[in-house]
Amino acid sequence: MSYAINTLTRSLNVFHLAGSACNNCDIEILDALTPRYDLERFGITLVGSIRHADVLLLSGIFNRKARVRLLELLRQAPKPYLVVAIGGCPATGLLFRESYNFDRPPGDYVPIDAFIPGCPPKPEAIISGMVRVIEGLRSGALAPRCMEAGRPAPASALPETAA
Amino acid sequence: MSGAEIFLEFLLFPGLLFTAAAGLLTSWVDRKVTAMVQMRVGPPLLQPFYDIRKYFIKETCVPQGGAIELFLLAPLIGFAGVTLASLILWRALLDTEATFIGDLIVLIYLLLMPAVGVILGAFASRNPLASIGGSREVKLMIAYELPLVLVVLVPVIQAGSIRLGDLLAAPAPAGTLSGALALLAGIACLQAKLTLVPFDMPEAETELAGGVLIEYSGAPLGLFKLTRAMMLFTLPVFLVALFFGGLVTAHGWMSGLIGLLAWLLLVALTIVLRNTTPRLRTDQAVRFFWGPVSVLALLAVVLAWAGW
Repeated sequence: MSYAINTLTRSLNVFHLAGSACNNCDIEILDALTPRYDLERFGITLVGSIRHADVLLLSGIFNRKARVRLLELLRQAPKPYLVVAIGGCPATGLLFRESYNFDRPPGDYVPIDAFIPGCPPKPEAIISGMVRVIEGLRSGALAPRCMEAGRPAPASALPETAA
Repeated sequence: MSGAEIFLEFLLFPGLLFTAAAGLLTSWVDRKVTAMVQMRVGPPLLQPFYDIRKYFIKETCVPQGGAIELFLLAPLIGFAGVTLASLILWRALLDTEATFIGDLIVLIYLLLMPAVGVILGAFASRNPLASIGGSREVKLMIAYELPLVLVVLVPVIQAGSIRLGDLLAAPAPAGTLSGALALLAGIACLQAKLTLVPFDMPEAETELAGGVLIEYSGAPLGLFKLTRAMMLFTLPVFLVALFFGGLVTAHGWMSGLIGLLAWLLLVALTIVLRNTTPRLRTDQAVRFFWGPVSVLALLAVVLAWAGW
């Protein structure tokens, strides 16, 4: 395990970006920080600026307008960072899939490191997901995708947004 | 004193390493007590160390169009200020004869440096939210500096000296009426100087999303956080030195114990205050400091002149 990974996994600051979510995942994310579940035990805190963050947490579907914001945030995030998608929406779109504003899953144009499924996932599932992300990083099964060499910058997906 | 000794003193014992370690430990106490107030478990003991260490492996993003040199220099200003302040303070605490005349005035200026660094960094980052935070910090600084100087005047009048060593050798002012009143005003200034709730409007997580520090990432952000932790340790020590005759004193171990208890009490009070109060608006804070707190401090000064 490298020094950087060890250091990173002991203190994850999370920035939460809600796309067009139905808000249930957002509520469950806050639940995971409440006294009953207390994610701060693992050094995980929620921060208000992407510049302070190590994890970009996505929830909900991402329509064309939200996609621009998502890519902008990824451009601003300091490396190394992780992208974690919470709930079923970022993976498949779930019930919004046939909606007029559904664009495509953000996994198509953004490197997502982990999905925490559920609609919404329970706080227990979120904690279990985060712990597995940390374990994966520490065992080497998972590497922050932004650190991979030769990966195209996310901004390359920007052009076709004007529609 | 040889150059090597000065170097060691600056880097190791009362200076950098000691203050940083003590500051991070104090910030853990802060987080743990906060967690206990909210009936949570809270972070492990080494969490503040992990946090700071992590900031130093992260990429340092520089905002486009900002004043880059100032943006990167600003965290160092506050960091150097608090390190030097702690060095001077602890030198006086350990040996009351080791200090120079007027060190108290130098100390007041050095303890101002972290706030100045935050303000410069905020304005240099060219972020509107940081600018709002920075201007709030300026207003807050203008508000609390007046009563703080009045508060410092009380021990000075009682001891008849502006040398910290003489202040420490004189009987502790907290036992007198003027000293007790000044301490009360000093606690309010302490809270504002640490920009903790109810005086956290420069950061205001919920409205400014980190405010003054919003554009900072990586090592500069780590330095800011470290500076803040060191201030959380140093400022209560400063108040203890002013009002309780210090932590390590010429008056014997009993007095030192009282100093330690007073330090713990001040830190505990700060933490409890920050967990039980809502955020004030800037105008309310300025009114509070220029009104009741200044009047209280002025009253203490007058009483100190009268010999109470």
